[in-house]
Amino acid sequence: MYTELNSILNTSPESFTKGDFILLSDKQSDASFLIHHFLSFYLRAKCKVCFLAMVQSFSHYSTVSQRLGVSLAQAKEKGQLVFLEGLQESLSILIPQDEHTGSQAMNFLRDPKLGLQDLYEFVSSKVKRSCGGEAESEEWGPPVLLVDDLSVLLTLGVTVGAVLDFSHYCQATICSKLQGNMVMLVRCDQEEDEGDNESPACLLKGLTHQSSLTLDVQGLPTGYCRDIHGQVEVCWQRRQGDGQNTQNKLFQYKVHDKGASFFARGTSSAVL
Amino acid sequence: MAAPMERVIKQQTERSTFKTTSFQKKTRSKLLSIPGTRPSVQNGQLLVSSGVTSLDFLLGGGLAVGTVLLIEEDRYDSYSRVILKYFLAEGVVCRHRLFVAAAQENPDDILQELPAPILDDVAIPKPVEQPRLPCESQESLDSMKIAWRYQNLPKVQTALVSSSRFGHYYDVSKTMEPEIRQAAKSHCFYLPDHPQKTSNTHSQFLGPYSALLKSLQEVIRQEGFEVAASMSNSQNPNVLRIGLHSLGSALWGDDLCCSDSPEHRHSLVTFLYGLRALLRSSLAVAVITLPSHLIQDRALMGNITRLSDYSIALESFKGSERETNPLYRDYHGLLHVRQVPHLNCLASQLPDHKDLAFKLKRKQFSIEGSMSVQGRTSAVWLCPSP
Repeated sequence: MYTELNSILNTSPESFTKGDFILLSDKQSDASFLIHHFLSFYLRAKCKVCFLAMVQSFSHYSTVSQRLGVSLAQAKEKGQLVFLEGLQESLSILIPQDEHTGSQAMNFLRDPKLGLQDLYEFVSSKVKRSCGGEAESEEWGPPVLLVDDLSVLLTLGVTVGAVLDFSHYCQATICSKLQGNMVMLVRCDQEEDEGDNESPACLLKGLTHQSSLTLDVQGLPTGYCRDIHGQVEVCWQRRQGDGQNTQNKLFQYKVHDKGASFFARGTSSAVL
Repeated sequence: MAAPMERVIKQQTERSTFKTTSFQKKTRSKLLSIPGTRPSVQNGQLLVSSGVTSLDFLLGGGLAVGTVLLIEEDRYDSYSRVILKYFLAEGVVCRHRLFVAAAQENPDDILQELPAPILDDVAIPKPVEQPRLPCESQESLDSMKIAWRYQNLPKVQTALVSSSRFGHYYDVSKTMEPEIRQAAKSHCFYLPDHPQKTSNTHSQFLGPYSALLKSLQEVIRQEGFEVAASMSNSQNPNVLRIGLHSLGSALWGDDLCCSDSPEHRHSLVTFLYGLRALLRSSLAVAVITLPSHLIQDRALMGNITRLSDYSIALESFKGSERETNPLYRDYHGLLHVRQVPHLNCLASQLPDHKDLAFKLKRKQFSIEGSMSVQGRTSAVWLCPSP
């Protein structure tokens, strides 16, 4: 996890707000470094994490988390981490075999018009088991759902309405009922057709309405720069617990090998 | 420092029980040494050469094993085809296996046209001879009369020095000798040979690409390219090079390039998703060429780019007014690097120079960065050859 980001968001693994829906979005850049941050953050906070990895393999996340100081393999063994590797599960559906192995979670690939119900059933079964009153699972904190990323579901043919339903159901189960957190990533393109109802921008608008905190990653408006990789805009959608109205904040960031550093605009070490 | 070492070894063995993909952090215990590959200096991933050394430099040293390179074709599919042939020729020279798929022409025809590698002069030592007796006259034919000082030097022959070097050079004006080409085993997939079945077992959403994906999976499984199989076998592991020509064109049965709101809108992206799933767990590299200039929908092009790992676009000057522009006199076209992945690490390494132009010379495909200073001609600097 990135300590500077923790201080920006006023959180720490020991104390963070429960019941939050954090939305990560990017436009022509890559916000996946934030997913790694939240993954290591919640694992360190001893929460039970359910990670839906749709676009990369397990060893990619595992290697990066190793650099951030968290071992995914160990967490998986101990039962703290439930990892759905979308790529592997999809192969058994895309190339039908005679024996049906793998979970039913990726059934939307069979016929995307069916929606994401099977995926939701998978998530809720994994998450509810932790609060089923079993003895060994009481050591973990509230459940957390991480999704990387939602826009690939749109490219594979799922409708925006189905994805919004899925996120709504997950929010109702995880954030409201179980007082856990949710982090989802949506990736957009810059050139969007305004009349297009199935674009990621449309999905982003719907999810922004549902979320409590959004982190929007963009490239610099002046173009590509080697020392400053982009800017992050942090918006709180709802008021904080003590009723203070927090402003939107804008930071620039640079991603290193072992983390990311955030700084106010114009204060990059390369510039000063 | 004994205690930290133990922890490291324990972590490595724990990690090894979960590995099922080709992205391995290279540890001292398990080093996959396959001819024609080398570990990356940035994050230790296994890289293969794309056949074009200047492209290797741009993409961070080479193509990582388990990834897809998407080449957006130029208008007449001339230079993208050349790069595909370089990629396959590199596979022949490094003794990798090949898989070529095409719909427009027989893949065998593509394999006939591979460029000839520029061979090295390699010294082959003569076997030890018996000492000469002055009475034997047969050797007078072999012995040198004038340049007799060079008599005892080893004979020099041109031969293929394949596994010691990473990245070779090719002569585009000559085609590869059939003997060299047949040394590498290749699989071909010609679309008219695989009629589309309309059975319910095939995923409807893959459409025209279902047979291709199934064929790829069969080859990977049967030839043992899966990472889990290669690790346990400990026979000579090898890399499979997959070349897919002109995906998305109408000849594949896909109407992406034909209409504004295509029926098969999701077939190609679903295929790319399945291809990524296959490649991440095998020792294979894929190069796909795509006629992107025929696809009107920019958002769709963005989706396709995001589902591949490396993505470059070629824009040739042939037939456009830039052909006679004095600024571009020395080049054949522009090259845009759209995407470079960052796998197993947080930060990606995009090339510094954004304006890149390429030129196909007889013995080299060179890519250079060019910058025009206030419209006057240019300060050109070369990508340093590795």
